[in-house]
Amino acid sequence: MNKTIITVVGHDTVGIIAKVCTYLAENNINILDISQTIISGYFNMMMITDMTATKKPFGEVSDDLSAMGEEIGVIIKCQREEIFNGMHRI
Amino acid sequence: MINIFEVAETNDMIEKENLDVRTITLGISLLDCIDEDINKLNDNIYNKITTVAKELVKTGEDISKEFGIPIVNKRISVTPIGLIGASACKTTDDFVSIAKTLDKAAVAVGVNFIGGYSALVAKGMTPGEELLIRSIPDALASTERIMSSVVLGSTRTGLNMDGVKLMGEVIKQTAQKTKDKDSLGCTKLVVLCNAPDDNPFMAGAFHGVTEADNIINVGVSGPGVVKYALQKVRGESFEVLCETIKKTAFKVTRVGQIVAKEASKRLGIPFGIVDLSLAPTPAIGDSVADILCEIGLEHAGAPGTTAALALLNDQVKKGGVMASSYVGGLSGAFIPVSEDQGMIDAVEAGALTIEKLEAMTCVCSVGLDMIAIPGDTPDTTISGIIADELAIGMINQKTTAVRVIPVIGKGVGEHVEFGGLLGHAPIMPVNQFSCEAFVNRGGRIPAPIHSFKN
Repeated sequence: MNKTIITVVGHDTVGIIAKVCTYLAENNINILDISQTIISGYFNMMMITDMTATKKPFGEVSDDLSAMGEEIGVIIKCQREEIFNGMHRI
Repeated sequence: MINIFEVAETNDMIEKENLDVRTITLGISLLDCIDEDINKLNDNIYNKITTVAKELVKTGEDISKEFGIPIVNKRISVTPIGLIGASACKTTDDFVSIAKTLDKAAVAVGVNFIGGYSALVAKGMTPGEELLIRSIPDALASTERIMSSVVLGSTRTGLNMDGVKLMGEVIKQTAQKTKDKDSLGCTKLVVLCNAPDDNPFMAGAFHGVTEADNIINVGVSGPGVVKYALQKVRGESFEVLCETIKKTAFKVTRVGQIVAKEASKRLGIPFGIVDLSLAPTPAIGDSVADILCEIGLEHAGAPGTTAALALLNDQVKKGGVMASSYVGGLSGAFIPVSEDQGMIDAVEAGALTIEKLEAMTCVCSVGLDMIAIPGDTPDTTISGIIADELAIGMINQKTTAVRVIPVIGKGVGEHVEFGGLLGHAPIMPVNQFSCEAFVNRGGRIPAPIHSFKN
């Protein structure tokens, strides 16, 4: 499995999750888990996804999502799961 | 499974607290490039570096993008050129031609610095090594990306005082040859005691002869992360303080470990070590001095500074060691003046002197680093400063170093701007009393005894 963490941070607006999910579905990226909360007044969403089946290279998915974030006024980041596991699990 | 708060914490460290991987340094052995013919030697060196390091920068950028962690520098260290050029180089100009070759190779592969224009003369100098040392001023004046280091002592060998004397002169000549750029050449020249073979940080990086053909070493950073973590435990006991530093150091180091392993896998080059150092930059909030203030000092340099730095350095190691399978290099808190805004502020406030910095180097890595001094400081005084600092390393079995910049044409009260990561610095006063007769004695200081510790 090729797990990737997608985070969305910014002001809450209608349709953020819909847009991201549509993009992921179109590119055959499976969502394993999704959670959202408000941290320091900002909307925070995190998705754990599996990128095994997508044909797009990682860099391209990351650039696409980042550009989508700019369009809707939020920051979307796409990072491999290992960095979080490494930092927060012994 | 990882949760949203942990993800947010990691990303805050990166975005707000200046967490980054400071450098991926690719160590390359040049031993198999040695040839008696200087042209052939230069060709061999250029070909080996540009072949082995071809993918280094791109790989670093790819990893940076996929993990979302900035990797600030991609660099190369090579076998000390004093060894590599010994057979081919008959003049200092021959050595300078190697420096230019290294510079050209660095440009070709896109790294910002290449370390290893070095001589290991802890006990004595071969004719080749002496030629290399004498070529340093011209080499640094005629290249951009070369970093030079000279090892002048160790706990096992004692101090090579002939070398210490010579380096006082070479540092001044380097300052003189680069005086139109505020003596910038000296920011790329360091002398060391007990130098590690696997240091990824410049200017002291070289690929030691104990190393494999090629190796990946990574240096992490993160003073900002430690400072932010400590803000949350203001007023708490030393126990809480130390636990917080340890936990933070673990997290920071893990990032370095992941990046190092990934770079090793992609480049097909073995993973060497992670260097646990806290390396500041001139950016606001990326300062070791600010951590000392957060621990409870008005300014770095105030009474208590050495103790605060000692505990910081030790807790960083304790937390970091468990986070990485191999730890090495310098591994400690760096206290350069020009590269740390908090240190600069402390000097300008009159809180921090060279003598206090010297005391601080007894408990942390690495030494008197990036200190601008008056351009008219005598050569022998620079040698005296070097001897003092290296003696600390020799007696205490630790790495120490000196990177001072006598800024030609400037004096105390004036300011010097090096730019970029090298930062800016006020010129610091140097003790005016002479040590000329001491430095001019010649010979070696014998290796210290390892018993009767006091």
